[in-house]
Amino acid sequence: MDSKTYRVSVQLKPSVLDPQGKTVAHALHALGFEEVTDVRIGKIISLKIHGDLPDDEVRGRIDAMCQKLLANPVIETFELVED
Amino acid sequence: MRVSVVTFPGSNCDQDAVWAFGEILGVDVTPVWHKSHDLANPDLVFIPGGFSFGDYLRSGAIARFSPIMNEVAQHYRKGGYVMGICNGFQILCEMGILPGCLMKNRDLAFLCQDVYVRCESSKSPLTYGLSTGTVLNIPIAHGMGRYVADDDTLRSLEDHQQVVFRYTTASGELTEEANPNGSLNAIAGICDESGRALGMMPHPERHVESALGSDDGLQVLGGLIEYLEYAAT
Repeated sequence: MDSKTYRVSVQLKPSVLDPQGKTVAHALHALGFEEVTDVRIGKIISLKIHGDLPDDEVRGRIDAMCQKLLANPVIETFELVED
Repeated sequence: MRVSVVTFPGSNCDQDAVWAFGEILGVDVTPVWHKSHDLANPDLVFIPGGFSFGDYLRSGAIARFSPIMNEVAQHYRKGGYVMGICNGFQILCEMGILPGCLMKNRDLAFLCQDVYVRCESSKSPLTYGLSTGTVLNIPIAHGMGRYVADDDTLRSLEDHQQVVFRYTTASGELTEEANPNGSLNAIAGICDESGRALGMMPHPERHVESALGSDDGLQVLGGLIEYLEYAAT
């Protein structure tokens, strides 16, 4: 069965402190990349989906997956990455 | 008086809790595996600490969909009491029973140490017998313990006395150094609006005998059993 890969980006909301991103920003500065003003670290989740489902239905179901499990709306936002 | 302690793959201190409730407090305690559908009709559900499902995706995100959690949600909706410690607190937040979220510690390090927490509110009957201002020595062991919520949620928690424990110094002072993980408002534990659900990062079940360093945890666990026994009569 053919399948299609969809990628979801899950990022921390701008209002949420990201100490991991701050630490990486400091490390980049130490390496001479002073142009970096901020770093935020999130996730990319790749989902292989049966290819026989219509694209708009898949998008709706991925939205439900994000709402239910893949992202926590208290701290994160999510969006489909368009390739 | 019946307590059920839920165990997930990756839970820890579940047996400490069974010991504390069963051997120290003499309560009828039932360990329950997460795949079970039978919660054993408890007065209190205790969700222990640990790293359920390896903390994959987010702490508590997978555990909340374990079969037994349907029963836990139903027990809570019907007026039952739920206590979540550490990972249990994270799971209650993921379930939406408690507001907010626990995130990676401010300094990124895993913290395993004794801390002091001050009782802030008598809103939850689960802290029965603990007067406001009481300072307890209770250990923490977590990498993801920084309590976070948006401004409105924080304000509402404070306004409704739902902040149950804050990290303080041994003498009960709020200082930046006493807040080990950078939690907003130094929050170590909160309850829901009804007071029937309590979540806290420190582990009271680890401090129930002086041989373990302190028995301050008994003031929490003993108090809640006392309340539940009183409520049952």
